[in-house]
Amino acid sequence: MSRHFVSIEGLSKVYPSKEQDLVVFEGANIGIDKGEFVCIIGHSGCGKSTILNVMAGLETPTTGTMIMDNKEASGPSLDRGVVFQNYSLLPWLTALQNVSFGVKARWPKWNKAKVDAHSSHFLEMVGLSGALHRKPSELSGGMCQRVSIARAFATSPKLLLLDEPFGALDALTRGVIQDELLKIWSETQQTVFMITHDVDEAILLADRVLLMTNGPHARVAESVKINIPRPRNRANIIEDPAYYKIRNYLVNFLVKRSGQLSGSAGQVGGATQEVDPSVEIHPQSEQSAGLKAAI
Amino acid sequence: MASLNMKATLLSLLLLLVGLGIWEAMNQAPAASTGLSEYERMMGGADQEARVPPPSQVFSHAWHELSDPFYDAGPNDKGIGIQLAYSLYRVLTGYLAAALIAIPLGFVIGMSPLMHKALNPFIQVLRPISPLAWMPLALFIIRDSEGSAIFVIFICSIWPMLINTAFGVANVRTDWIKVARTHELSPLKTAFLVILPAAAPTILTGMRISIGIAWLVIVAAEMLVGGTGIGYYVWNEWNNLDLNSVIFSILMIGIVGMLLDMTLAAVTKLVQYED
Repeated sequence: MSRHFVSIEGLSKVYPSKEQDLVVFEGANIGIDKGEFVCIIGHSGCGKSTILNVMAGLETPTTGTMIMDNKEASGPSLDRGVVFQNYSLLPWLTALQNVSFGVKARWPKWNKAKVDAHSSHFLEMVGLSGALHRKPSELSGGMCQRVSIARAFATSPKLLLLDEPFGALDALTRGVIQDELLKIWSETQQTVFMITHDVDEAILLADRVLLMTNGPHARVAESVKINIPRPRNRANIIEDPAYYKIRNYLVNFLVKRSGQLSGSAGQVGGATQEVDPSVEIHPQSEQSAGLKAAI
Repeated sequence: MASLNMKATLLSLLLLLVGLGIWEAMNQAPAASTGLSEYERMMGGADQEARVPPPSQVFSHAWHELSDPFYDAGPNDKGIGIQLAYSLYRVLTGYLAAALIAIPLGFVIGMSPLMHKALNPFIQVLRPISPLAWMPLALFIIRDSEGSAIFVIFICSIWPMLINTAFGVANVRTDWIKVARTHELSPLKTAFLVILPAAAPTILTGMRISIGIAWLVIVAAEMLVGGTGIGYYVWNEWNNLDLNSVIFSILMIGIVGMLLDMTLAAVTKLVQYED
């Protein structure tokens, strides 16, 4: 296996209980290259959030390790920034103070002027230069999530983890912030790992989409390459010839195959299949693709 | 809203006037116009019936007292300002000592389930004890009436602060703790930068309850230990049968208590945040 910038090997999470241990997911192998944007999709309960929390160091896995930049990553670290679904801003601080909270933690020796300049720069990048001194209670949900994104990007982590960042937002706001996320990502060359429920969002943002089967005993079954050139935006992405092939493939997986493939114990430890729907149109060919991947 | 406030103010004033009017009317000295009976003449016209002094008398007395609040004419005759200052000194000393212990200890209890379980039985037993019940033991151990009064304030104001701090700290949102963890904050920094501001409104509520209780208790404590203070003053004036002073000092106790509460309320507002 080639060495990725981030490589997760044999990850599993088991909640022990008296009758039967609950295996949320097992044998998850994920590799992420530097600067790559990876989304993970799966139904509720497949353990996406647990994987992200393990990567953030907030939970310990039952088995498996995470190697990042040739070092084992365990426990929370400023090298891995997190954006939570519910923003997790500190409500007694202003937008600027929330961002500089992260910046100060990252660079404790910086003076106040430098911290403020750096923080307001990132708030400007997400279009919040007019709301620096407002508290989260005075901001809309979309603005709060922008602050949260600015806080995460401002600390320049090696890996950015986004836990359904747009899940609580309405569709219009979501679209605007997706564009902003794309912009800030292309400017900072961040490595991003993001959970989403939204197939269109995944296609718009990601280089690759990881598909998980249903839990319990969930697995990372496939890694789907999003072969659509960048820069992308919401308006023109649907005109790309590959768009609907990819979209249909992903939807098909979520609706049908995530259930069919779930819990099949024989597959445990099986390698994640790599798929490029823009080339391989027929889902039938997955058998041979799977064989190739296995060999 | 302005009109609501205005109506409320008017109604308050009206109620005040009615109340004072009834009080004044019910406590008039009997009119002497009927002429005195022989017995009354023999008794020098003294009125047999003790009456609560009417508000007019109380207010003129209050004016007199407040025009020179800090005079000191010996142990039994000090101005109201001096008496209140003694009481405030005791309350604030005991209260601050309690805060210095209750808030850090509350942090420990709130952050550690082990400490919570271990200390909870003691808190539950000690908390319902009337603070004055400690007085004899305090007098015996401390051998100083001043120190004992301060100790009684200390012991009565510690519980609301301790319990509220522990509760506030234990209920800080896990999201915010996660933010601290992902930013690699040290435990000390987490305590000061995240937990303290998050729990501050709850802690301040405890401090506000405590100052109220402390002010209630100091009056009773000073009645017991005597010497100085507003509690002693009330009791001393009762012994002097000076009801004007008794009523006046009751009012002053209320006003000072209100000011203490308003101060804490203002501080609470400073640390309050909207979620």
